[in-house]
Amino acid sequence: MYNLKVLEIFKNPKNVGTVKGANGVAKVENNACGDIMKIYIKVSEEGIIEDAKFKTYGCPAAIASTSVATELIKGKTVEEANLISSEQILQILGELPEEKNYCPILAEETIKAVIEDYYKKKEKEEKSI
Amino acid sequence: MEKKVYLDNAATTYVSTEVLNEMMPCFNVFYGNSNSVHSFGREAAGLVDRARDRIARAINAKSNEIYFTSGGTEADNWAIKGIAHAYSFKGKHIITSKIEHSAVLEACKSLEKEGFEVTYLPVDSNGLVSLAELIHAIRKDTILISIMAVNNEVGTIQNIKAIGKTAKENNIIFHTDAVQAFGSLKIDVVDMEIDAMSLSSHKIYGPKGVGALYVRNGIKIENIIDGGHQERGRRGGTTNVPGVVGFGKAAEIAVRDMPLFNQKIKSLRDYFIREITAKIPYITINGHMHQKVNNIVNVSFELVDNEAVLLMLDFEGIAVSTGSACLAGAVEPSYVLTSMGLDSELVKGAVRFSFGRSTTKADIDYTVEKLVEIIEKLRKISPQTKAGRKGDK
Repeated sequence: MYNLKVLEIFKNPKNVGTVKGANGVAKVENNACGDIMKIYIKVSEEGIIEDAKFKTYGCPAAIASTSVATELIKGKTVEEANLISSEQILQILGELPEEKNYCPILAEETIKAVIEDYYKKKEKEEKSI
Repeated sequence: MEKKVYLDNAATTYVSTEVLNEMMPCFNVFYGNSNSVHSFGREAAGLVDRARDRIARAINAKSNEIYFTSGGTEADNWAIKGIAHAYSFKGKHIITSKIEHSAVLEACKSLEKEGFEVTYLPVDSNGLVSLAELIHAIRKDTILISIMAVNNEVGTIQNIKAIGKTAKENNIIFHTDAVQAFGSLKIDVVDMEIDAMSLSSHKIYGPKGVGALYVRNGIKIENIIDGGHQERGRRGGTTNVPGVVGFGKAAEIAVRDMPLFNQKIKSLRDYFIREITAKIPYITINGHMHQKVNNIVNVSFELVDNEAVLLMLDFEGIAVSTGSACLAGAVEPSYVLTSMGLDSELVKGAVRFSFGRSTTKADIDYTVEKLVEIIEKLRKISPQTKAGRKGDK
């Protein structure tokens, strides 16, 4: 039911773990199936995502989607990363069984949430100065 | 060659050599149509009769109470719909349980559309139907009770004899889906007061595509497959001679070897449970502690998703299953475990291991070794932790 690409990414996911000194963290849960995705990012002063890591509680499609998501946002500016869509993630995965198409969508939501968290933290920091 | 371990025997089994040898001549030597009058037909009919006798003997029924079908699903459909239609003049109420195989549940749903009323009994945390609740659900217009003998996901054995007695006392037809029970459990349709029972061949080392419905003499049932006069006019369609011959042999062997294999599989099962319980933290064994068949172990691994476990095991050549195989592809969690009241996280992490005649201790050792690695790896990927489950920061 999964293509070889998805299986390969699931077998050896990239960027598993947490980021030391992360300045953006977000956890998004899919209430329907219970999958949880969590992404950590470290953004440089220039606004570039220097490091991104993830932890996911979910099916192979969910794990593969977050692996791809973190690969996509690494090295991009936060503005660029914010534009990444679930379609882009799905394109890299090739295809997913129809009932798993929510996984890239959840990954996109997690990217948006982690960037929002980064902005919030930054704003707070600027206010406190 | 890479190692392969098959722990999905509750889904299907291989065809045993003894069975295969019995089937082979039916393809090209005794190939007559068992309904034909000539010698070729009579020869085939003789083999079919013998197979019917073997099935009957295996469950203490009479040969003329056995009808061959295309499998367990057809037998379930035929039993539920055929009996409901035949007795609809008496009433339109049916009692079943929430954890039946989808063949029974869907057949009931189909009858609901025709105006029948169905009570789906709940089960307790062990997967058992309560006899008190069954009795409470019986109405004046109840015509049929259908409760499975053994659940295919967790292996819990229902109190079939007590249910049969209750049904008889209330003058209600009792059907049981014994697809998962046959070969693991001694079934005596007379002693257990079973009126109709579904059986399948491919779970007991017989070929796929063949099963049987036992219908006690005197019980009315409407046909659902119209056609020729096969199966004494009850079920049309040219008889699958190699299939029923294989099924007959498989049934004979299943009963003959039951004590031997039950004992062997039980000790492997107990060893497997001891090993994983000792080596993997945060697991739960689902189903009844004692009142269950030996070949099924359903385990919930907390903090991980069962499909991820299944695929990781598959990478290592180990075949297991999650929930009911018929639901694969659907995101819905196991309705069996959900009906047993398991927390959603336990349902999400539930994997079924089912052992067979050829399972070895080495298979178990290899599986446990890989399982330890896989669960650890997946838990490292998971953001959920046991300590912080309620409010993970």
